[in-house]
Amino acid sequence: MEFLQAQLPRYLDGAWITIQLTLGGAILAFVLAMLFGIMGTARFWILRAITTVYVEVFRGIAALVVMFWFVFAIPDMSGYELDPMFAAILALGLNVGAYGAEVVRAALNAVPRAQVEATIALNLSWFQRMRLVVLPQAWAQMLPTFGNLIIELMKATAVVYLVGILDLTAVAREVRTGTGETIAAFGIAFVLYYLIAQVLIFGMRLLERRANARLGRTPPSGGGLMNLLRPPSVGTRVGVAK
Amino acid sequence: MSPSDTPENTTAPGGGNSGEAPAEGPLIVFDQVVKRFGDLTVLDHLDFSVAHGERVTLIGPSGSGKTTILRLLMTLEKVTEGHIWIDGEPFSHMPRGNGLVPAGETYLRMKRKRIGMVFQQFNLFPNMSVRKNIMEAPVHVLGVSKDEAAQKAEELLDLVGLGDKIDAHPTQLSGGQQQRVAIARALAMSPEILLLDEVTSALDPELVTGVLDVLREVAENTDITMLCVTHEMGFARDVSHRVLMFDQGRIAEEGHPDQIFGDPRQERTKSFLKSVLENGH
Amino acid sequence: MENGSLPMFWDFEFTFEVMPSLLGGLWVTVQLTLIGYLIALTLGLLIAIVRRVPILGSVVHFVMEFIRTTPLIIQVVFVFFLLPASLAIPLLGDVPITAFTVGVVVLGIHYAAYTAEVYRSGIEGVAKGQWEAARALSLPTSRTWGAIVLPQAIRKVIPALGNYLISMFKDTPLLFAIGVAELLTRAQRIGSESFRMMEAITLVGVLFLLVSIPSAIVIRRLEKRYVAV
Repeated sequence: MEFLQAQLPRYLDGAWITIQLTLGGAILAFVLAMLFGIMGTARFWILRAITTVYVEVFRGIAALVVMFWFVFAIPDMSGYELDPMFAAILALGLNVGAYGAEVVRAALNAVPRAQVEATIALNLSWFQRMRLVVLPQAWAQMLPTFGNLIIELMKATAVVYLVGILDLTAVAREVRTGTGETIAAFGIAFVLYYLIAQVLIFGMRLLERRANARLGRTPPSGGGLMNLLRPPSVGTRVGVAK
Repeated sequence: MSPSDTPENTTAPGGGNSGEAPAEGPLIVFDQVVKRFGDLTVLDHLDFSVAHGERVTLIGPSGSGKTTILRLLMTLEKVTEGHIWIDGEPFSHMPRGNGLVPAGETYLRMKRKRIGMVFQQFNLFPNMSVRKNIMEAPVHVLGVSKDEAAQKAEELLDLVGLGDKIDAHPTQLSGGQQQRVAIARALAMSPEILLLDEVTSALDPELVTGVLDVLREVAENTDITMLCVTHEMGFARDVSHRVLMFDQGRIAEEGHPDQIFGDPRQERTKSFLKSVLENGH
Repeated sequence: MENGSLPMFWDFEFTFEVMPSLLGGLWVTVQLTLIGYLIALTLGLLIAIVRRVPILGSVVHFVMEFIRTTPLIIQVVFVFFLLPASLAIPLLGDVPITAFTVGVVVLGIHYAAYTAEVYRSGIEGVAKGQWEAARALSLPTSRTWGAIVLPQAIRKVIPALGNYLISMFKDTPLLFAIGVAELLTRAQRIGSESFRMMEAITLVGVLFLLVSIPSAIVIRRLEKRYVAV
């Protein structure tokens, strides 16, 4: 207990860095996923080809390798050093964005052709069709996988301690070195990671429920917020898709 | 009505001298239209025209090309050969230099404003309320103000008898109600041409009448040109000025509904009508 | 193409020089992946079955959820610190615990938490009538599972399981954290010794793509075949 009291502030600092990396990476990943995902449904083959290259390259290489490339190879090549935090968010965002782009592309393609035809009959432009009809409908389908991806992203942030960022894992290692208490030092970090993940899962399920309500689908078990703590029959549940 | 005297240039066939009293020429002209899907020829050098305000019913066995005609007019498909003209102007194609080239998206957006369509499966947008479904296109495409669009949505919903469902969600409505909303949605764009693609085929029998009554009312009180693919022969007889019987991508017989239903001349028409009656459509 | 005056240019000589060592690292990576995958497949199946046992199942479920929601890299580092350098096992004597062993076992356990969910969905997907039919024939539990349920369940989840093979391959660089001599670890060492980090890390990326893209294509083919059946 004393141990916890003495060390907790350091852990919370580390957790805050982990959260910043998660949110920063998630925002970048979301933007990239939308951009490349929409491009992946384009009529012009060159746009689809660009998406394929992006997706295959950044899904094929671990975020850790990309981060090392930014942190070690770029200074080697140009003499210019990237801020490690920036390099980490870039690497994580590029990696998860590649997975996300596939999710967006698949969800957009899953919107029934008849819906698109209805927008043509109403003479909506491509942009209006995307914004008013296709994206809102695809959104509900993207969210469960986005939920899995943000958990994976949060877990992936732990590699940043290797480039000197003081995240939760780095704190756990430092505390262990300082105190020699391996189990306690790591145990606290594990619990904090677990709690961050639970908050993210809860938030994603909230978003999913809202998206489904907009499409006129209500959860069969009714409304209470506590229901979000239980895994839904469909939706964010860690580990089904990766 | 025969558009066989088609000129090969960019002037509409059958329209006479362009620029003069276009209202008297036909509104829609199909000129030697061919539509193929791969090896399958769905429309085979089809010629026909529709006058302003005319209501035409297309009948025939499935696969005879009726729905394809509506889809070509809604630009959901592209013609393989031939041309479609609307009001004397090219529609499936656009003028470029001295000739015609397949119409581009910008040109189509300009031209198809006048056309509305109601689908067999309603195709309401599930991410919007009934009100939004109706308002969305007038606001975003025609640039109508939100207030005006909302007021029109209310009027149209009253017309189709669903004034109380304005804030409902499409999934809360029966098929028949959804289809009436879809009709209101199409009418909100004030189309000159309304395409009705088997609008009652997906409905339970007891819901068909309500939808057809709405369409009868639209037919009586407006001068919208209507092209209707249907198996509801009673409705076709009441509402349409002319019936076209399709078979294998060609017009097998055409005439006044009384003649087609009362005294069909072609063997194919007779057997088709007989099969429809037996199947209880 | 010698090591010319422009240091930022790609050094081909260096590339050829280090390639044998990097390919050796890739071989270690492949070994880690395959052994870890075997652990994940068998352990995951076991967990999926145990999860159906009333109380024990809930405990196992919570542990698996915990493993899935915390980072693999900190799990690896933790276990590496926790275990002694060697373990006295009866009959075998002192068995040294290497970074490779820790890496491959933790990798396997982490992914077992994922494959267990996949197996579970497959088992739940087996029609209720199948269980009832097995009971009607008075089949013993082992036959019900072994001959009726699992063959149907596993067949359905083969594509999903295949994807985890690629995921595991891509996660092996994390074992850099405990110094397993896999591809990234070797490249980092070579790069820092020779001050040619750019070539070293880029080669890691290229080698990863050379393995992961073709295997993704193979898995997609298999997926189509199994979906078609």
